[in-house]
Parts: sequence; structure tokens; C-alpha cells
Amino acid sequence: MTPNLTYVIVVGVLVAAGVTLLLERSLTRVLMGVILLGNGVNLLLLTGGRAGGAPIVGTTEPEQMSDPLPQAMILTAIVITLGMTAFLLALAYRSWHLNGHDEVQDDVEDRRIMDLAIRDEGPGTADTEGGTDDGDGEPTGDPRPVANVVEAGRAG
Amino acid sequence: MTYLVPLPVVMPLLGAALTLLLLGRPQAQRWVSLTVLTATVAVSATLLVQSSLHGPLVVEVGGWVAPLGIVLVADQLAALMLVVSAAVTLCVLVYSIGQGMADGHEETPLSVYHPTYLVLTAGVCNAFLSGDLFNLYVGFEILLVASYVLLTLGSTENRIRAGTTYVVVSLLSSVIFLIAIGLVYAATGTLNLAQLVDRLDTLPDDLRLVLQGMLLLAFGIKAAVFPLSAWLPDSYPTAPAPVTAVFAGLLTKVGVYAIIRTETLLFPGGRTATLLLVTAVLTMVVGILGAVAQSDIKRLLSFTLISHIGYMLFGVGLTSSLGLSAAIFYVVHHITIQTTLFLAAGLVERRGGSTALDRLGGLARLSPLLAVLFFVPALNLAGIPPFSGFLGKFGLIQAGVDDGGALAWILVAGGLVTSLLTLYAIARVWNLAFWRTPHADMPADDDAAEAARTEGAMEPDRSGGRSGAVLPGLMIAPTLALVVLGLALTVVAGPLFDLSTDAADDLLRRTPYVDAVFPGGAP
Repeated sequence: MTPNLTYVIVVGVLVAAGVTLLLERSLTRVLMGVILLGNGVNLLLLTGGRAGGAPIVGTTEPEQMSDPLPQAMILTAIVITLGMTAFLLALAYRSWHLNGHDEVQDDVEDRRIMDLAIRDEGPGTADTEGGTDDGDGEPTGDPRPVANVVEAGRAG
Repeated sequence: MTYLVPLPVVMPLLGAALTLLLLGRPQAQRWVSLTVLTATVAVSATLLVQSSLHGPLVVEVGGWVAPLGIVLVADQLAALMLVVSAAVTLCVLVYSIGQGMADGHEETPLSVYHPTYLVLTAGVCNAFLSGDLFNLYVGFEILLVASYVLLTLGSTENRIRAGTTYVVVSLLSSVIFLIAIGLVYAATGTLNLAQLVDRLDTLPDDLRLVLQGMLLLAFGIKAAVFPLSAWLPDSYPTAPAPVTAVFAGLLTKVGVYAIIRTETLLFPGGRTATLLLVTAVLTMVVGILGAVAQSDIKRLLSFTLISHIGYMLFGVGLTSSLGLSAAIFYVVHHITIQTTLFLAAGLVERRGGSTALDRLGGLARLSPLLAVLFFVPALNLAGIPPFSGFLGKFGLIQAGVDDGGALAWILVAGGLVTSLLTLYAIARVWNLAFWRTPHADMPADDDAAEAARTEGAMEPDRSGGRSGAVLPGLMIAPTLALVVLGLALTVVAGPLFDLSTDAADDLLRRTPYVDAVFPGGAP
């Protein structure tokens, strides 16, 4: 089976746009990213099955039927994405309600331990803490206070 | 007996619906949840006995024949996981009921707690029982959505902040999993695990490696494998104690279970063994170094959680029967112990008013019972003989020595170092929180602790609650039960190890699983 090139390109564009938005600090943009990613992946699932007529016995010959299973899976995935969209919206709203913005914030405790390490007073050292933190892409080596980092994130 | 197989999923879901209808009646909610989870424990235990006597139990959901419909498979591994997780969820439920009653949370927001908790249980059970890749995804989604709600319960500022990271990371891992499913279906035309066994074998090697890598990545995020683990210590500690406990016990282990299942059933031969072993040693060492640096009990425990995931990967990566069997044993041990420790940390928070090590002290004299409840599972976690943690680590190290490769020796060394550093981290908690002279701010006796707590010294959402005992019996009892369960793992270690060895052999042979799903041969 050869997949349709148009589909593949559209999937690529949707996923790329989704990933870009997901890297933003604003939760609303993250939400947009999740929606785009979800749509891209749904299209990918569709590409995985054979195209054809409606898979209903009597209306289409079995050889010309499309594959109904990816469509069933997409339906499930759409429902899940819908629920997640609602939840993320609620989260963003609540965050705005509490803080006046919906930016994803740094971990307060992480920052506290980092500051201790920089002043070399804490139980940890910069090496161990930096090592465990590398994965979340935060500018952990940066001694600026939380608010400034958030500002920088918004600007970038 | 196959009619029992769907019950661990169906009963909690029905219970969730019922508790949702009983929103205004907490007493009735409690009884429904308790009944449902007790029944789940009983059913899971029956499934374990049945599957070890008669081989895997298979149910075709809705009567649709295997490759077309969805199958639920309860083999020994799945049944063993079910029993442990059901027992742990039941204990944590009792603990949270005790906490809720002591704090006087009769109404919102905790009225959604029971339905959500039951949905979480259903999701975990569904993931363990699933014989179909897409159903596994659905199981993951059920438990994740429930966990989002539980983590942001009460939606205080801290929990919203922590929840945001958690939700976004989990969503990303779900998307990766879904992409992997799409690719697997496009390549093979099926998602039934037993049917995939044959079809994946006929694929070109490089394509198989891509599929395997995608699935590993998705499960690796869920299992908190380094370097995909940074989300965990940020999000878990802010949740209420029982929620953190059940997350720490179960959610990451569902990821580990999925890794074990796919690595043995779908992609045998250990092509990613090197990758698994390298990430295992990094997870162990980096995780425990993180724990050493922490100054808060809950965060410290979160880091030990990550670190000990490395032990399980170690066993899986060795791909030998002994390694796999030790890994399964370790999963069982770790679910129990890590949950117990988080429950004990919750008790410390109630008694001492904080989990920050620089604000605690002298708890051993102030509350000897609490000290015992923390000390025994802590030593168990560190792997002091004769506890089950020692036996699990011993099995893994034995398997590593048997393997004999250079990488295996590095892992053996890494495992020993991690065990020692765990002991160091735990001893630090013990010295600072339990042994040194009490901090000046600390409440001197139970009444003072209770007074300090209800004055709103704790989190704001707890203030205004009706006052109760600081350490109510309903919170002590389940913690004690889990401590005893952890000790019982040592007593029954022989039979349990036999069981996990059987399960590991079945996994490595693959045929018992496939034959159970397709008695007449795979189509």
C-alpha cells in the first residue's frame, strides 16, 4: 500500500506546527499545539488504512471497501482530544484567575535548591541538580528570579 | 472462570458512576468505593490463582472474535500486577477516607474524589489486562485523565502549576504513543498483541526498530525513565498525600509493565537491550543523586522513585529469564514500598506540620509509632537484608553477574552504589526528621500539632475543616497494613519468586500468550 503524498505532507505540517506551539510558555498556545498535534496524528492514523467506499456490506464490494478500523480509532482519539482540550482550557482559565496570566511556571522548589547550590550552602551541588533538571528544558543555570524568567519566556 | 477477567475494569467504572450519582452523600460514596475495591482485590486474587493453574485467561469483549474484536488477557504477569495494585489502591482509599473524615471534608471539592479515584483504578486495570495496543492506549488515557483531576484537586495555585507540567508532558507522551499505534497499524494491519507477534517478525529490521523505539519513548515518559523523568518530581509532591502515594505506586509501574510487555512479546531478541541498560544505569544514578540533594521528604521520595525505576529496566534489559523474573519481583516490591513511604510522609506532614527537613526534628520521640511506620519501609527501600528490597536487588545483581558482559558489570556496580546512596538519603531523613532534637517551631504533642494544623498553618484549602485527631486510626491502619504487606513480601518471597519466574518464562516463550488468544493458531 502506498500512502497518499498530500496526506503525508499535511500530517507533517500539522505536527510541526503543533510541536512549535507546544514549546511556547503560554498555556493557550500549548493548547492550540495539542489540538494541531491531535489532528495531525488522527490524519496519520487515517493514512494507515486503505482508502475506498463506505465499508457497509451491500453498498460496496468487499474489495473496494475502505478500512473501517482506523476510522473507529480516530473517533476514539477525537473524543479523548476533546476531553483534554476542555481540561486544558479549564487549567488555563484557573491559572489566569490565580496569577493574571496563563504561563507555565518554573518549579519553586527547584529554583530554591538551585539558589542554595549557587551560594554553595545547600545540601546539593550545582552538578547533581543541573543533571537531573536537564530534561525539562528550563534555564536552570540561570540565577534570575522566577518572574524574570517568565518574562523572558514570553518575549522569546 | 473467564467471566471474571473484565470485572477489574467494569466494577470500578460502575462504582464511579454510582458514586457520581451519590455526590451529596459522602457516607454512601465511601461504602460504594470500599465495596468495589475490596471486590476488585478478591477478583484479582482469583485471577492470579486461575492463571497460574490453567494458563492465561482470555475474554473476547462483546463476543467479537479475536483479531476483529478487543481481547482482555489475564496472564500471570497481568494478574500479579492486578493483585498488588488492587491491594495498594484499597489501602490508599482507606487512608484518604480517614484523612477526609478527620479533616471534615464532607462536601466539595472532594466529592469528586471517589468517582475519579475509581476511574483511575479502572484505567490501571484496563492497561494491565489489555490484549490490544489501542485498548492499552485507552487504558492509559483513562488513568491519565483521572490523574489530571486528582493532581489538581482543589485547584490551588501550587497544584495548578504542577498540574500544568504534568498534563502537558503526559499529553505529549500520549501523542507519541498514538503515532506509534498508527505506524504499527499501517505496517502490519493489526493491533492485536498476539497477532502482532507473527506479523512484526516478518517486517524488515529497520522498520521494527523504528516502531520499537517509538513505543519505548512513549512508555519511557510514562515510566519516568531518565532523561524523560524531569516532570515527575515537579508534579507529584504537590498533590494530597494519598494521591501522591497511589501515583507513585501505580502510574509509573504501568509504564514499566507496558515496557516489559512490548519488549518481550512484540520485540524479543533484545535489540534495544544496550539502550535499556544504559538508560537503566543513568536513571538509577542520576535519580538517586537528585534525591540526595533534596531537602523535602516528598521530593526526596519522588527522586528515589525515579531512581528505582532503573532497577526494573536493568532486569528487562538483561533479557534473561532470571533478570526478567527479578524485575517483576522488584515491581511488586516497589509498588508496595513506595506507596507506604508516601503515606508515611503524609503522616509526617500532619504530625510535624511540614515535610521540609529543615523544619522537622525529634519525631522518633514525639511519635514512636510514626517512626516505625517510616523506618521499616525506608530500610526495605534501601535494600537492607532480609527485606524484599534486598531480595529483589540480589536477584537483579545475580542476573547481572550471570550475564557477565561489561555493561552488565557496570550495572551491577551502579545498582550497588544506588542502593548505598538510597540508604544515605533515607538515613538523612531519619537523622534530620526523627532523631535530632525537635525544632523550636514544632508542635510538642499531638494536641498542639492538631491546633497548629487547624489554624491554617498548613495549606489554605484545609483550614476551616472540622478538627479531628492529628493521626487518626483510619490513616494509621492502612499504612500499617502496607508496612506489614511489605514485610510479608519477604516471608512469601520464595513462592513469589517462583511465580515471577513462571511469568518471566511465559513471557520469554511468547507461545502461551499467543496460544491462549488464538487456540487454533494465529490467523
